[in-house]
Amino acid sequence: MAILDPTMRIRTFDEVTLGYTSDQAKREAARCRGCSQAPCRRGCPIGVDIPGFISLVKEGKFREAAQRLRERNTLPAVCGRVCPQDRNCEKHCVLAKKGAPIAIGRLERFVADWEREHGMTVPPTPGSTGKRVAVVGSGPAGLTVAAALARKGHSVTVFEALHAPGGVLSYGIPQFRLPKEVVAAEIDYVCALGVKIELNTPIGKLYSLRDLRREYDAVFLGTGAGLPRLLGIPGEHLNGVYTANEFLTRVNLMKAYLFPEYATPVRVGKRVAVIGGGNVAVDAARVAVRLGAEEVVVLYRRTLVEMPVRAEEYRFACREGVFFRFLVAPLEFRGDAEGWVREVLCTRCELGEVDESGRRRPVPVPGSEFTIPIDTVIVAIGQEPNILALAEVSELLTPSGRFVGADPETGATPVPGVFAGGDLVTGAATVIQAMTAGRRAAKAIDRYLSELE
Amino acid sequence: MINFPVVGKTELAPGIKKLVVEAPSLAAKAKPGQFVVLHLHAQGERIPLTIADFDREEGTITLIFQEVGLTTFQLGSLEPGDTIRDIAGPLGRPSRVDYFGKVLCVGGGVGCAPLYPIARALREQKNDLAAVVGARSREFLILRKEMEQVCSPLIIATDDGSEGLQGTVLRGVEKYFREYGKPDYCVCIGPPVMMEAVCSFTRNYKVKTVVSLNPIMVDGTGMCGACRVVVGGEVKFACVDGPEFDGHLVDWELFRRRLQFYKREEKLALGAFLRKSRSAGER
Repeated sequence: MAILDPTMRIRTFDEVTLGYTSDQAKREAARCRGCSQAPCRRGCPIGVDIPGFISLVKEGKFREAAQRLRERNTLPAVCGRVCPQDRNCEKHCVLAKKGAPIAIGRLERFVADWEREHGMTVPPTPGSTGKRVAVVGSGPAGLTVAAALARKGHSVTVFEALHAPGGVLSYGIPQFRLPKEVVAAEIDYVCALGVKIELNTPIGKLYSLRDLRREYDAVFLGTGAGLPRLLGIPGEHLNGVYTANEFLTRVNLMKAYLFPEYATPVRVGKRVAVIGGGNVAVDAARVAVRLGAEEVVVLYRRTLVEMPVRAEEYRFACREGVFFRFLVAPLEFRGDAEGWVREVLCTRCELGEVDESGRRRPVPVPGSEFTIPIDTVIVAIGQEPNILALAEVSELLTPSGRFVGADPETGATPVPGVFAGGDLVTGAATVIQAMTAGRRAAKAIDRYLSELE
Repeated sequence: MINFPVVGKTELAPGIKKLVVEAPSLAAKAKPGQFVVLHLHAQGERIPLTIADFDREEGTITLIFQEVGLTTFQLGSLEPGDTIRDIAGPLGRPSRVDYFGKVLCVGGGVGCAPLYPIARALREQKNDLAAVVGARSREFLILRKEMEQVCSPLIIATDDGSEGLQGTVLRGVEKYFREYGKPDYCVCIGPPVMMEAVCSFTRNYKVKTVVSLNPIMVDGTGMCGACRVVVGGEVKFACVDGPEFDGHLVDWELFRRRLQFYKREEKLALGAFLRKSRSAGER
């Protein structure tokens, strides 16, 4: 698959990977052995019929392939781009043992892009059941629930607090990894199924959960993990220190990279330090490169092995000049007289015992402190659910008060008719995990509605 | 919902404008002290603006703002019939409206706009209400009549002495304390320097003083953390934990400094806008 050259791409926000041509896709699909056991499918959290759609690609039946994908996946153009295939489907491919698994993600993307370019066909929806469902949050979980329930003939309204739908797909993942036109087309498809999206509607503020329960037969909560975690170290509020959420929202949702044509500014200095090791940290680092930073360093307190990043994006970041320093943790940010961050005091770490996350815990090495001169910091150490909007219904929350408690199989909460799924329940995870939760909840909601009378 | 129609416009003072906007669901839920986030058009930025008033029957909200940056100038150029693409709200926690006894409301400049609905609500709770309002000069005083209806006395201070006392609102606050004794509760909204000054004065008298903070925000729903402030040593997000805080506990230096984050870019964007509108005007 063609890839934009690193020297070119660091000057633009254009998509890095260019996708297969029809011939490339057919050729790649022809490598698939169509295993009867389909181990790849077991690696897919939403159980896409992978051998099925690939064999249709092989035959050049792209529209049919798209339909096969959409039976289980509402957002194939998104998943084909952002899923961690290296840890899911492709890891289970029998050819992975030889180091060359079928490029399932790229094929998925090809099919979804082909469909978008050739006109999407929206399947007819059954007659209305007369049941009304409110979905709170228009991210991957909410869109999945909405599409699945609309296909069953329920009337679905999605409530979004921001001025654009998509949740993390719009504000979090950068244009060069997930073009917003692609997101918009996937959302158009969901709307074509009959789903209504109400923008600028913060639930808990404009309408309460109580209002929704009165107006709708069932409610799904999928508000994600939008609350940025902070380090809690000195100097974190100096000017020049961003949370990744602020930095990425400015750039992705508000298009600050087009300032002043777009009115939202973003400020990046010559030397940027990103704190963290996940996809968000790597996205932020690559955005900083594109905004003109001369040196971008990612400081991660563990090692590459523990880094929860999509493998391809790590490789791309390295090619784009992002520098990774492992086993390093910040202790303090220091500023100048005007309150702008100027350096970060760090400590080296070594890996100790395995912690509750299943990874070896980083332990600071005494006496190993050193400083790095920087003028911008992006803190990307994770997000937690923003449960403030839901605080009115305390029985929804887990004992810690930080998450919404829901049955992982059905999304059912202790409140009848209220379901939840995605990052709001699990804490920050992947797009595909949120979609899986959405798929399960949609089934349970459909069952719940059919039993209502 | 998108595309909120502007139905009324008044210039209250030079550069201070009032827009009445049709937003029925917002008007139905808004409470004193809350704010909205505006996004004027697809290329616009998101800015927070306190709800200056709301009319549940008419289904409208009122916005009062001073033209200081790109977005407020663009907002000021809207006329009845125009629309605002996005208005999200009502955001933030409502003002605490209880019976406190003797209450002093302190407003500086355009800060009188969010202060008025709070004052009115406090009056409805039978508080004994007085106010000090200040402005650069007489022509910049806003909502004077409205404030007079709910507050007595209404002490006025202007920087140039063209109305009332000469000096900052602090002069007025000192006068109030001298002549009427210390109040039980104080609400203070205005420029950061003024709020800080009033708070250091009331702290000496141990008069609980609530301020409304308007830091830089992007989403306004607790997501970006741009609006973080330190209050009593703890990190708070003004958008969801505020906008009102105990003014005696606010880290004012940090608050003022963080407002400077984008000064350079803000100047650039405003300059480009003003040049463009000037050349359009000449044509």
